[in-house]
Amino acid sequence: MAFVQNVPFFSIMISMFAGIVSSVLSAKTARRLNIIATVTIGLLSVWLLVFLIQSDIGSYTYMMGHFPAPWGNEIRAGVLEALMAIVFCVIMLLSLLGGLHKLAEEVAPAKENIFYILVDLLLGSLLALIYTNDIFTAYVFVEINTLAACGLIAIRETGRTFEAAVRYMIMSLLGSGLLLMGICMLYDMTGHLLMSNMKASIDVIMQEGTYAVPMLITIGLMVVGLAIKSALFPFHAWLPDAYGYSTISSAAMLSSLVSKGYIFLLVKIFYRVIGLEYITESHVLNIIFWFAITGMIFGSVNAIWEKDIRRMVAFSSVAQIGYIYMGFGLGTEAGIIASVYHMLMHSATKSMLFISAMGLTDVSGKNRDFFALTGAGYRNKVAGAGFLVGSLSMVGIPIFAGFVSKLLFAEAAISGASWRMFPAIITLGISTILNAVYFMKTVLRIYTPITKEEELEKGFVRIQWNQQKIYTVAIILFILLNVFLGTNSKPILQMIEVGLHNFM
Amino acid sequence: MSKQIPQDELNKKFSYRLKQWMKGNVDQYVGLLEMQRQEEVGVTKREANRHKKEQDKLFAEIYDTENNKVYKNFLRFYKVAAVICCVALIVMLLVTVSYLPPIGDPTNPAHNEVVEKYIEDGMQDTGAVNIVTGMILDYRAFDTFGESNVLFIATCVVMLMMRDDTRKKGVDSEDMKYEPRFDTILQQVTYILFPLIMIFGIYVVLNGHLSPGGGFSGGAIMGAGLILYLNAYGIEKMRRFFTENTHRYICVAALSFYCLAKSYSFFTGANHLHSIISAGVPGRIISAGLILPLNICVGLVVACTMYSFYTLFRKGGY
Repeated sequence: MAFVQNVPFFSIMISMFAGIVSSVLSAKTARRLNIIATVTIGLLSVWLLVFLIQSDIGSYTYMMGHFPAPWGNEIRAGVLEALMAIVFCVIMLLSLLGGLHKLAEEVAPAKENIFYILVDLLLGSLLALIYTNDIFTAYVFVEINTLAACGLIAIRETGRTFEAAVRYMIMSLLGSGLLLMGICMLYDMTGHLLMSNMKASIDVIMQEGTYAVPMLITIGLMVVGLAIKSALFPFHAWLPDAYGYSTISSAAMLSSLVSKGYIFLLVKIFYRVIGLEYITESHVLNIIFWFAITGMIFGSVNAIWEKDIRRMVAFSSVAQIGYIYMGFGLGTEAGIIASVYHMLMHSATKSMLFISAMGLTDVSGKNRDFFALTGAGYRNKVAGAGFLVGSLSMVGIPIFAGFVSKLLFAEAAISGASWRMFPAIITLGISTILNAVYFMKTVLRIYTPITKEEELEKGFVRIQWNQQKIYTVAIILFILLNVFLGTNSKPILQMIEVGLHNFM
Repeated sequence: MSKQIPQDELNKKFSYRLKQWMKGNVDQYVGLLEMQRQEEVGVTKREANRHKKEQDKLFAEIYDTENNKVYKNFLRFYKVAAVICCVALIVMLLVTVSYLPPIGDPTNPAHNEVVEKYIEDGMQDTGAVNIVTGMILDYRAFDTFGESNVLFIATCVVMLMMRDDTRKKGVDSEDMKYEPRFDTILQQVTYILFPLIMIFGIYVVLNGHLSPGGGFSGGAIMGAGLILYLNAYGIEKMRRFFTENTHRYICVAALSFYCLAKSYSFFTGANHLHSIISAGVPGRIISAGLILPLNICVGLVVACTMYSFYTLFRKGGY
């Protein structure tokens, strides 16, 4: 075995160890450690990705300990896992850097190192969710992920965030509970926890048709559990407050990473535990499809109604999560590829939108009202550019990442050739127009100039790029990442396709 | 005929005092027990009522509860929907359970080669007589690492939400004044029980690989002991040996050791290298390789977590 194949194990252990040690470090050292750990893991993942592309092993399993798989723990790595790990590391780092000066303002100094503990453990649990090959390991790390997300919401200690954190916790624990019930039932029927062994026995069960009813319920429980945790439309009530009032780094991480971790786990369950053909046959997918379609419309409509810019961006997440589940709902491979690409695109764009929205509200007297933002794009040019690029990407303008994913969804819907084609295409069209309405209206608002006198009168400030260097670097990297995803979609899509094939 | 004892001597006799006490003539503890009358803590009833009225008024103004039909319908819908959802879920799960394989049937899918190997080779592979411990700390040690991190992160989040940083060092918050400090009965019982509980907890942890028990159960026992001590003797005495820093350093040391030691074991296992850790002779106290130290780590983390939860929820600090 090549040494590089140890990377998944190293990445998980490095981030967990950083989290554990951070609790005795000062906030400053903990921050450094966190940045070093994230960069190291990102570089290691790049190494792994290059190795996997060059070699012909496809994917491989890694024994965690001295005992082989059905007895001991096991993790598994392939092209797609390595790609996800890289993207997660990059976005985590950029979200942290973009919100760094806000952290000092909004988090109590004595509790700042707890923030870094949570971030480290969040990264560790996300990596474990990506790499795991054992469904119970996945559940354990889902728990860590949930608690870390709760802490990230509550770290800005205001009434709103406490309420949002508790609401998030209740909803999220309900989701965990349903997932756990699903796992228990699967274990009862198959006698395994390892994904590949589970799939082998589910194949037998499905062909014999012995456990048809419990299998349907189990699929339903697991899908609904993970859908609640990733805020699919009717279960999204916790989302606007959680993303809207937490400190900006937390909001960016929650929207772009936490929910994506659960969705990636769901993809793994579809492919590696139950098998795509049985998922497609079951009616659970129809329900998911209709939820997703309604979510795409309602999320956008709510975003149009919303006057608070942070909550608007948060509601936009509901619509985007709807897109992802719509791709699953199509039930075809093309649909799932589109969804996975949309996950990457949404993580890159939504975190940028949150961070630039914060830059815009900061130069408007911390007023988050829509009309207060008039001319904010001139007062903070970097944030304005970030918001512009993010909006264009979300609406689906070429050269940005959003265009590719919309195209992929449309292609997937047409090539699917089932009754799902019409609702999918029509909703995609409507939702895109609605997206354009609320994003373009905001872009126009921030680029509507106001006079100097008005600015002075309202106490607005202007911030140049050299007054916020780290923030500027973060936004520029975000823009580059977005353009990179938009213009180099072909190799990325290939990786996703190869990765999903390796899943089977 | 028994000898007549003078009243003075009789008063000193234990049996006589006990008799008097049983009859209810004398209270042994009058004058000996310092009980301070606790003042009413927090708001009075009238204040609470006024507060509630204000809140209702505010609520009525925001949502216009009197005339808002949507609000009323929503409240009604909410209750009905909650009941329907719960009943539907219960019925669904009960129906599902009836289809699942029956409990204890030897032909169940869960009785397969995985379980067989655990039972047959467990002791030989891991060196632990207690197969459950062998399973959670050797076969599936990665999951258990995750679990102990769940405890760690849970403490972090509770600390984040409950820790009161505004309190000055050395100055107790309002509610700390009202804790029962001189409860002799509790103190005497704790005086006897606390060492026993701790020794029993340590025994359960150290014997985790030999007898039923292990880090989680032993840690819970020790945590309960610490909570009992805190209740009997108060936070002042507790602070002499257990502060926030103690908790922090114990957790970091235990989890770091777990992380590093198990990383070594994972690394050598996955790369098929020789590991210096041997299973030893099953049945001895120093055996089973890493299981004993890992049990100690898990036990420490669990004990600290239990005590921290208690003290954070109670006082918002250590």
